[in-house]
Amino acid sequence: MNTNLALLLLLAPFLGFLFNIFFGLRVGKTLSGIIGTMAVAVSFATTFYFFGAIAAKPEGIHISLFEWIQISNFKVDFGFQLDQLSVLWLLFVTGIGSLIHLYSISYMHDDENMHKYFAYLNLFVFFMITLVIGSNLLVMFIGWEGVGLCSYLLIGFWHKNQEFNDAAKKAFIMNRIGDLGLLIGIFILGMLFSTLDFATLKTAISGATDLNMYWLSVAAFALFIGACGKSAQIPLYTWLPDAMAGPTPVSALIHAATMVTAGIFMITRLNFLFDLTPGVQNIIAIVGAVTALVAATIGLVQNDIKKVLAYSTVSQLGLMFLALGLGAYEVAVFHVITHAFFKACLFLGSGSVIHALHGEQDMRNMGGLKKAMPITFATMLIASLAISGVPLFSGFFSKDEILLVAFHHNIPLWIVASVASIMTAFYMFRLLFLTFFQEFRGTAEQKHHLHESSSLITIPLIVLAFLATVGGLISLPGNSWLNEYLTPILPKLATAEHHLGTTEYILMAIAVVGGLVGIGIAYAKYIKQNAVPSEDAAITGFSKVLYNKYYVDEFYDAIFVRPINILSRFFRDTVETGLSALVFGFGKLTNEISYQGKKVQNGSIGLYLFAFVLGLCAMVSYLFLAQ
Amino acid sequence: MNNILNHIGIENYIFLSVILFCIGVFGVLYRRNAIIVFMSIEIMLNAVNLLFVAFSTYHQDAQGQVFVFFSMAVAAAEVAVGLAILVSIFRNLGSITIDNLKNLKG
Amino acid sequence: MNVSLILIILLVGAFATFLAGDKLASKVALFFSLAAAGASIVLLNHYNLGENISFINQWITQPNISFALKADGLSMAMLLLTTVLTPIIIFSSFGNQYKNSKSFYALILFMAFAMAGTFLASDGLLYYIFWELSLIPIYFIALVWGNGDAEERKKAVVKFFIYTLAGSLFMLVAFVYLYQKAGSFLIEDLYKLNLSAAEQLWVFLAFFLAYAIKIPLIPFHTWQANVYQKAPTVGTMLLSGIMLKMGLYSVIRWQLPLAPLAAKEYMYIFIGLGIAGVIYGSIVALKQKDLKKLLAYSSLAHVGLIAAGSYTLTLDGLRGAVLQMIAHGFVVVGLFYTAEIIFRRYETRVLAEMGGIRARTPKFTSLFLILVVASVALPSTFNFVGEFTVLYSLSQINIWFAILGGTTIILGAYYMLKMFQQAMLGETNTRIFTDVTSNEGITLILIIAVLFFFGMYPKPIIDLITPSLEEILIQINRIN
Repeated sequence: MNTNLALLLLLAPFLGFLFNIFFGLRVGKTLSGIIGTMAVAVSFATTFYFFGAIAAKPEGIHISLFEWIQISNFKVDFGFQLDQLSVLWLLFVTGIGSLIHLYSISYMHDDENMHKYFAYLNLFVFFMITLVIGSNLLVMFIGWEGVGLCSYLLIGFWHKNQEFNDAAKKAFIMNRIGDLGLLIGIFILGMLFSTLDFATLKTAISGATDLNMYWLSVAAFALFIGACGKSAQIPLYTWLPDAMAGPTPVSALIHAATMVTAGIFMITRLNFLFDLTPGVQNIIAIVGAVTALVAATIGLVQNDIKKVLAYSTVSQLGLMFLALGLGAYEVAVFHVITHAFFKACLFLGSGSVIHALHGEQDMRNMGGLKKAMPITFATMLIASLAISGVPLFSGFFSKDEILLVAFHHNIPLWIVASVASIMTAFYMFRLLFLTFFQEFRGTAEQKHHLHESSSLITIPLIVLAFLATVGGLISLPGNSWLNEYLTPILPKLATAEHHLGTTEYILMAIAVVGGLVGIGIAYAKYIKQNAVPSEDAAITGFSKVLYNKYYVDEFYDAIFVRPINILSRFFRDTVETGLSALVFGFGKLTNEISYQGKKVQNGSIGLYLFAFVLGLCAMVSYLFLAQ
Repeated sequence: MNNILNHIGIENYIFLSVILFCIGVFGVLYRRNAIIVFMSIEIMLNAVNLLFVAFSTYHQDAQGQVFVFFSMAVAAAEVAVGLAILVSIFRNLGSITIDNLKNLKG
Repeated sequence: MNVSLILIILLVGAFATFLAGDKLASKVALFFSLAAAGASIVLLNHYNLGENISFINQWITQPNISFALKADGLSMAMLLLTTVLTPIIIFSSFGNQYKNSKSFYALILFMAFAMAGTFLASDGLLYYIFWELSLIPIYFIALVWGNGDAEERKKAVVKFFIYTLAGSLFMLVAFVYLYQKAGSFLIEDLYKLNLSAAEQLWVFLAFFLAYAIKIPLIPFHTWQANVYQKAPTVGTMLLSGIMLKMGLYSVIRWQLPLAPLAAKEYMYIFIGLGIAGVIYGSIVALKQKDLKKLLAYSSLAHVGLIAAGSYTLTLDGLRGAVLQMIAHGFVVVGLFYTAEIIFRRYETRVLAEMGGIRARTPKFTSLFLILVVASVALPSTFNFVGEFTVLYSLSQINIWFAILGGTTIILGAYYMLKMFQQAMLGETNTRIFTDVTSNEGITLILIIAVLFFFGMYPKPIIDLITPSLEEILIQINRIN
């Protein structure tokens, strides 16, 4: 029963993929979209069954289907592990996934390749489910790489534009850099413990007394690099902003809510490993905090509505990594969930705006959309309040907990994270004010067509806005359902204390005031002063550095991409030719010897005879001398 | 044992044979006329034949003499063929100087 | 029933194809190659039931040469690769018209015969004969039916022929030397020799030269790209899909067990050479303008990794190498076939002259993309199983080997996706590109099906090859 339902959970989106690939074009756009959505909805429904099943069976459900890969000292099964962590992820992957599928039916309706879009999206959900429910690192890796492939396909969905294709390629390759790290981590774990199974690893690591700490740290660090790639942390974050080339619902699903959280999922899954390597944990915390700050500063000055959201995503993911690094996995997971709600809402809202403006993404050409698009505005406002940490919205609870944990561990990290949060509040409201307030700055043609999007678009927005409002309830300070739920995965939660003292209240107040200050600055600048960001050419000073994203892309280009290309040209033109000439050199040498030898044979009998006699004399004298 | 070798030592035959052979060699190397080269080869052959016969007597073994007959027969055949070739060369080139015969050149 | 049946079918097929005449040649060839594939599957079944399917007969008494065809799991796996790929390759050529096609198809079957013989032979000299025999048909296939300028083609093909032949001669010398010692060419007798370390080094190097040129490892690869480019696609498929694997197979079967001390002593150098090939091949592939040349260099990178895996002398390394050999055989045939499909329509192999094909051809694009991702070893494809196992074995030797070898994951994705982007994506091409015909589709789908099936369920192949690899490892570790 469990096996069959797990297969249903996994294969429903895959069947949707197959259907859309083979028959999608024939059945028409709407039906193709409906079937795609249904496929994910089936998985969503099945998840509820497992939610119930696990409530009755806290140790989780383990299913092994068949033996997959065989290594000399262990075997890897193709199996599933459904426990609290995977079910939690499944809930929002399939739940938000269904909503975004629904949204896409309307959003992508004008695209000639809509059936392919749904096929890829279904395939993505299939791989994401594989990632989440894999019972060992390698099955997880199938999903891990699979979602990377789907991300490639969807970023480059409009494949006639080579810039989009470049972005897709970049995303895939940068992910693969991380994947190499992940593989190295897998190799070391396999070498140390002769298993890749999560459950067995857990017992092996928790029970062992004489662990090789050096290799364990290397493994943890390598795995963290993998997480960096997938979750867009420094130094592998530059693909995520470029990934905005894909359709907006894709950005919402893959590049905000689900795929980019895979790194956090993996680290949480292996918390027993990371807990033993404090050095690596410190690195994770620092990388997370720095990423949060750097991405937030870049987000301050971006003018592309999706780019702002992309950098905001990187920044929020940085906060989650900060929490992971401090050992507060449950807080990171909490923020993953609330972030999924409000960021998906924001992306879908921006999609609604872009849809209404026929592809316009530059906020300098927007403004005043509040009246034309009231529902989009309201939902985005709620989501912005949530991400800014305004009390009672979901983001307030999760972000506050991260700051709290940071404060208890390390004051400098707390300061960095707080600054990043203030900036978040600022740029989110900058976005909101520039888009929805003041006068419309676009063309008259666009203005004429302004309209609220269809209900297929607004319903997911409303649902997500609702979740972004109440999502915080799952983990209220002092009485956290989430922490209790995750206790089997994170054993130390059982002993953790939940009480709120004066310090906590003061910190909360500081965070709230910080958020409000950020909003206030944005209000003062963009509403009171009615400022509009200047044209590209007019940006100067430090904002120019920020606007150009600290020139990191150019930097990577100069130190990695171009040298490799130069090397490639050098190898192709010089080394290959040289080696080839060397081999031909042997042939030429033989030819030359033969050519010279030919000259001796000039046909003169006298010479031949002379040589003959000379040879004879030589032989005779040798025979004499030899005696 | 009573034979000619008791009167004239074997070494004399060897010297004579070597001298003859060398004359033949030098003749082959220095003369350009094909007929003289040919004659020089015959001298070398006969030098060897002489040695065969001398050692045949020395060892009291008839095999050497048998071999000489064989070699004389071959030499005769060779002369017949060789002269025929020379005649045909003369007809074609109008001379029998061996320097003109460079068609073997690779 | 024994393995000589396969060789007989292929040889008879070659003659029958030649006699059948130009019109029927391709169909007769397909029939016989399918018969060989069927027969080898039946034989595999017999083998799995534990029957003896080897064929060993005295052939020449002085010197002592046997006609010994021994089938163990490793040989059977390679035999299956040959007999299954051959009909696919022949079928893939159905869209093309060849002049004098009876000779063409007869040569293909003859080559399959020689390669199958190489994989089966367990007598040194017999093996050598098959090894050299396989060179003759590919020489003519590339020379007569190849493309491009005739003079340049001749230059490339003659270079290839002489180069590989020269390398093999060293192997012959090694065999003669071993025969002097053992008095027999049979592999079992050669295993029993107790050679000194110095002798082993020479034997090892002599074999190495032959195999390094055939595989090819850098810096012995200079023949490869040109021949791949100039040969007709069928020839390229035979070369890259099967013939390269002869070299890799021989490393495992002959070189390592015959000179284990040298193999252990200089292991790091040869692993390093393989990995250098991975990186070098990948980087050179980045800037290739010709699709077939790019695939040739990608092949160089992949076989470098396989060779590195073999030289680790661990069960994982050998197993991963064999798995990857089979996987690479299929994927590379598929990729060259896509190059051919594009060539049939656009008459070009230059990437810059392609582009914008995707918009017109959903089926072809999907099939091509699947092959691309299989070639970059996406998990759930067969290539991942092989690459993972090989990299794992490298990490056991030294983690840096795994990291450096693992760059193939990154660089491979880089050049393959770049190639895909240049060839397929972008503004819709103005020239018409008809989607795959049913013949082309079937060929590609067959290959893809194999890749995915064994990617998810490689157990049958693993179970087939593991016992014989363990036996080889026992031989490798016999002197300690």
